[in-house]
Amino acid sequence: MKHTLVATLDNNPFAFNRVISLFRARGFVIDSLTIGQTDVQDLMRLTVVVDGSKTAVEQVIKQLYKIVEVRKVSDLSDEQPVARELALVKVTSKPATRAEIMQLVDIYRARIVDVALASVMIEVTGDPEKIDSMVALLRGFGIKELVRTGVVAMVRGSSTREAASLKEVPAWA
Amino acid sequence: MKINGARMVCESLAAEGVRVVFGLPGGAIMPLYDVLPEFPFRHILVRHEQGAAHMADAYGRASGDVGVCLATSGPGATNLVTGLCNAMMDCAPLVAITANVTSSSIGSDAFQEADITGITIPVTKHNFLVRHPKEIGPTIKDAFHLARTGRPGPVLVDIPKDVLQLEAEYTYPAKPNLPGYNPTTQPNALQVRKAARLIEEASRPVIIAGHGVIISQAWDELRELAEKHHIPVINTLLGLSGFPGDHQLFLGMPGMHGTAYACYASDQADLIIGVGNRFDDRATGKFSAFASRAKVIHIDIDPGDIGKNVAADVPIVADCKPALQALIREIGQCADHSGWLTQIDQWKEQFPLPKAPEDGSLSHRHVIDELWQATQGRAMIVTDVGQHQMFMAQEFPFLVPNSHFSSGGLGTMGFALPAAIGAHFARPDEPIWCCAGDGGFQMTSQELAVVSKYQLPIKIALFNNQYLGMVRQWQELFYNRNYVEVDLSGPPDFVKLADAYSIPAWRVDRPDEVSAAIQRAIAEPGPALIDFRIDPTENVFPMVLTGTPLADVIPYETKATNDASQPVRR
Repeated sequence: MKHTLVATLDNNPFAFNRVISLFRARGFVIDSLTIGQTDVQDLMRLTVVVDGSKTAVEQVIKQLYKIVEVRKVSDLSDEQPVARELALVKVTSKPATRAEIMQLVDIYRARIVDVALASVMIEVTGDPEKIDSMVALLRGFGIKELVRTGVVAMVRGSSTREAASLKEVPAWA
Repeated sequence: MKINGARMVCESLAAEGVRVVFGLPGGAIMPLYDVLPEFPFRHILVRHEQGAAHMADAYGRASGDVGVCLATSGPGATNLVTGLCNAMMDCAPLVAITANVTSSSIGSDAFQEADITGITIPVTKHNFLVRHPKEIGPTIKDAFHLARTGRPGPVLVDIPKDVLQLEAEYTYPAKPNLPGYNPTTQPNALQVRKAARLIEEASRPVIIAGHGVIISQAWDELRELAEKHHIPVINTLLGLSGFPGDHQLFLGMPGMHGTAYACYASDQADLIIGVGNRFDDRATGKFSAFASRAKVIHIDIDPGDIGKNVAADVPIVADCKPALQALIREIGQCADHSGWLTQIDQWKEQFPLPKAPEDGSLSHRHVIDELWQATQGRAMIVTDVGQHQMFMAQEFPFLVPNSHFSSGGLGTMGFALPAAIGAHFARPDEPIWCCAGDGGFQMTSQELAVVSKYQLPIKIALFNNQYLGMVRQWQELFYNRNYVEVDLSGPPDFVKLADAYSIPAWRVDRPDEVSAAIQRAIAEPGPALIDFRIDPTENVFPMVLTGTPLADVIPYETKATNDASQPVRR
């Protein structure tokens, strides 16, 4: 099963290096990994989608917690989080197919952000399944270039998974 | 007052109460060595930086405080890596201070530059690159705190040469500043209650006590728990000396070369109480067959080790000492274990450890038995890795808490000699024996210079069977006696090698010479080395074959596993 984990960590290259090194060294399989700024200047937020059993994912969380710069780790999988990814897709487009592509873009609430003689660039945001499905349809026109950001996620409602000032005591303690 | 970075490092070490550091100077770290003599701690000059790391590792384990090693940039720092990894696997509190090339040269492939913080990420608990002298005090404070608390481990602090030279205002903080580090030390009361109920109900409980008992100095609590409720105790390799080796409830070591009765007890138990252990594959045999009849209580300070290899019914994340204290308070009347203890005594009687041979050949067991007789089990024993290490773990009942030091997790050949030096500096008044095979000993034998130069009273028992013995044993048993590249016969003559370092040494070939040789070594005021010529065909048994359950332990060597013919040398 896929698990979406979010971790808050100190904003320095060592912290990021340690996280990546951990996944590599322990052989954890990553579906996607994103890192970006939070509202607190000194803290970064890592979103990682891992595929594995509940015990395997628990082990990932425990090992992440052992990294000194990691402040907090949460598994959002059971909370139906808002999970979003952005993709840029450059698709071959001839005058004959342009209208059809634009229709697809409309249906997926995507945008055309650049137009050239023989191609268009499409920006699409959504959950990974939506992007998968749009990419599958675009493939028919010929994809020249594609990039996906990986998932970022947040729980619904007023509660947060934002950085605590101190490392929180995890549930198993 | 402004002082330079090098003096700040030394001031910080002095503030942490450091008494001795192990190291070797080089270009980048020269500013630090320049001021070293001004400070009250001692520096031990090693012959290879790996030695410095092992010394600091064992100093940390033996003293319960933090061991410190110093190395210069580039190769000096990379030479520490094996020692850091060893300390990481065996939870030894260690701070390594390395110098790097000047800040402006970092990243330019300068002479003797190595990205040591990058290299050591997987083999340290944490590491730091210091960018400015004002960070030195706070960083060293954090480094010591990390090394000695929680699950102890190695921490590396890398300081560019110019940062050592620059002057700035020095401050040493009273407290560490590590908002992301907050290890759980006190047990959860609910979990303790659940564990206590399981213990009360169990009819065939067994304690598997690991290194954590020694690290948290919980040997009295462990003994109280075992004695009060009549629960037998197994020690993992690094748990040895955490429970009296001559105790009626003691079952020795489990696993690959453990006692048969420890294997049977783990297999037949209905409750396994893991205390400060990590259910390593060498100790459990085949994971899926381990504890198949048992519920598992697992006490450890590292949540990452709980549920990793063996699922725990009751996990307790805590320091062993408060966890055991809480358990002792909580446990009421336990079920009757007398049938279980009788069963275990029967196994002990039926499957005792193999005896030393009486055919005149010299066995590891002869030497270890005489070592025990000579010291009455009251000496620090440092072992290397391989056959002699397993024989020692089986055959020597440790009586002094925290008196057994070995490379367990990483299995680093070459550990023993430098580790003995480190342990000696931690506890200089205790007798100490460095035990190593002829293979491992040659990996760090350059540190004999340190032993000789400082006239350390370290007695070296060399278990010389002229082979990489453990590998030879595996080739014999699992590779159809295809003995490839395990023959170490010939040079060096270890007596002459010791002589070159002005260390008295003798060769012993027969069992009847062992006792006198040991007495002679003990009588030497300084170091001594005994070259014990062990029977090259001797194998370690009992044995649990890789990937098989503990229940299938082979207690004795039989014709089926070995015929008596001499191995063919290649």
